[in-house]
Amino acid sequence: MSKRLLIVVVEPDPDRAQPIADGLREAGDHDIRIIAEQSGLARQVAELRPDVVLIDIANPSRDVLEELALASGPAERPVAMFVDRSDEGMTRAAIEAGISAYVVDGMRPERLKPILDAAIARFHIFQQMRAELAATRAALEERKIIDRAKAVLMKARGIDEEAAYALLRKTAMDGGKRVADIAQQLVMAAGLLGR
Amino acid sequence: MITLRLGYVPLIDAAPLIVAQELGFAAEEGLAFDLVRLGAWAQARDMLGAGLIEAAHMLVPMPVGQALGLGPSLPAMDLVMFLSHGGQAVAVNRDLEGRLRDGGHDFAFDDARAAGLALRRAVAGRLRVGVPFHFSTQSELVRHWLTASGFAPADLELITVPPPMMAEAMAQGDVDAFCVGEPWASFAVERGLGALLLPGTAIWAAAPEKGLVLLRGFAETREAETGALMRAIWRAGRWLDDPDHRGTAAEILSRAAYLNLPPELAERGLTGRLTISAQGDIRHAPGFIAFNAGAASFPWKSLAALFAQRLAGRHGLDPQEAMTRAMAHFRTDLYRQHLRPAGAPLPGASQRVEGALAEDRSVAAERGGMILRADGFFDGFTFDPAASLSAN
Repeated sequence: MSKRLLIVVVEPDPDRAQPIADGLREAGDHDIRIIAEQSGLARQVAELRPDVVLIDIANPSRDVLEELALASGPAERPVAMFVDRSDEGMTRAAIEAGISAYVVDGMRPERLKPILDAAIARFHIFQQMRAELAATRAALEERKIIDRAKAVLMKARGIDEEAAYALLRKTAMDGGKRVADIAQQLVMAAGLLGR
Repeated sequence: MITLRLGYVPLIDAAPLIVAQELGFAAEEGLAFDLVRLGAWAQARDMLGAGLIEAAHMLVPMPVGQALGLGPSLPAMDLVMFLSHGGQAVAVNRDLEGRLRDGGHDFAFDDARAAGLALRRAVAGRLRVGVPFHFSTQSELVRHWLTASGFAPADLELITVPPPMMAEAMAQGDVDAFCVGEPWASFAVERGLGALLLPGTAIWAAAPEKGLVLLRGFAETREAETGALMRAIWRAGRWLDDPDHRGTAAEILSRAAYLNLPPELAERGLTGRLTISAQGDIRHAPGFIAFNAGAASFPWKSLAALFAQRLAGRHGLDPQEAMTRAMAHFRTDLYRQHLRPAGAPLPGASQRVEGALAEDRSVAAERGGMILRADGFFDGFTFDPAASLSAN
């Protein structure tokens, strides 16, 4: 039996860190720690001496972990570089999913794979959720701004709602722009003119 | 129109990529750039390695580190041109600023020897200096300057801090000083956390800072796109080196999609007119950042050798082998091939003695003459790759 692994997840957003940690627990009997605080990361990781560190590929703190991975002797090196020792397919899948994994020297790829698979799955779900949320928010914002632009036109030109929308749409099409962009400009201009 | 994905980290020296797209230099070459803002230098390397971006804005020593096997095993990466020289500043925290002033230092912002000696007198024990990445020009500048100023290696602790977090690291007391690319040094001054002590150019007049890095597989198989990409960026660099364009460049770079900061902040480094202290003292640093002038974009193989020798020394590698390996990744051949048609001045040789030019100098070029930028170190250091390679 191999020993339990200590896996550290570096993630400031608790809504994101928690599902990743849950996914990792399902993947095996591991000890999972979440580090949310970015300052002092090097010290925290060095003290914990984890077997695996998982971190968003775009997290600026990665560059701090890189330094740890390059520490002079293996004895002082709290993390090594995962991509050194594993197959290229796994590396690419992780990079595409937006994850980087730092792993202690000598971990076998077959021990790492289930961990990484679980992390990749959770990262995907979260990214999807975030994209959907952003799209919904943007759509709502656009609806609001178009409604306000229609109101401005109705008042200024004495036309009804349908005609106001038609006018917005025609202007947008003529200018090769989106209705929401024209609406935004109109509302801004109306604000400047004090209407 | 062919779309290329280019990765950049938000700094003023990403300007050639952004300007090439925004002002149509890319379109002129039949390219559209999909500019991908990155959060970490390691991300630039990994995404390039996985083929998720076609080219990356990278710290010049990064491809050297890769060539020496000090990074993850990814496909071979080549630096095809430099994007900038200089653009860094050294900052000290308020406490050190006070001690330096008490010791009589004038913060003239142009004398690395005086500043280094003053700092040596002001610091009793170890000095903790933030640098953006393990493989960075900043790290080399700080080591060179401070060891030449009387700091023993044991007195120095270099700590990696991502550029946007540099000011916060100073606020938290994690670092006493740092060396970082603009606008992140000015950002700390603006927050009243420290004072600027030196521009990078005061330590090394022409320190190569960022390079355009491609996968070797891409550069060698997709020649047409590689050439078009290099020419678009080279022309953007030429546009950027007109002093009258620097204000406009600051506006473009500062947009929400790019740096997302007040343009006034980016303008400081781009114009070389920097506010160095919380009291609002202003210093003018001519040539604070260069993109193209004086053959700044030519990727001298001797610079690959210089960085390789230093990295080899710190990582216990054979220096001769390291220099030879690194030089193969600085593609002066591709620079000549692709930028000759654009009319770029091309030097006769591809390596030289580094640090030898105290002033700008005109030299013979492939066609006619050209001007090479002054590249002296503050302490007169020179590096001759030929001598280092033949030495045993």
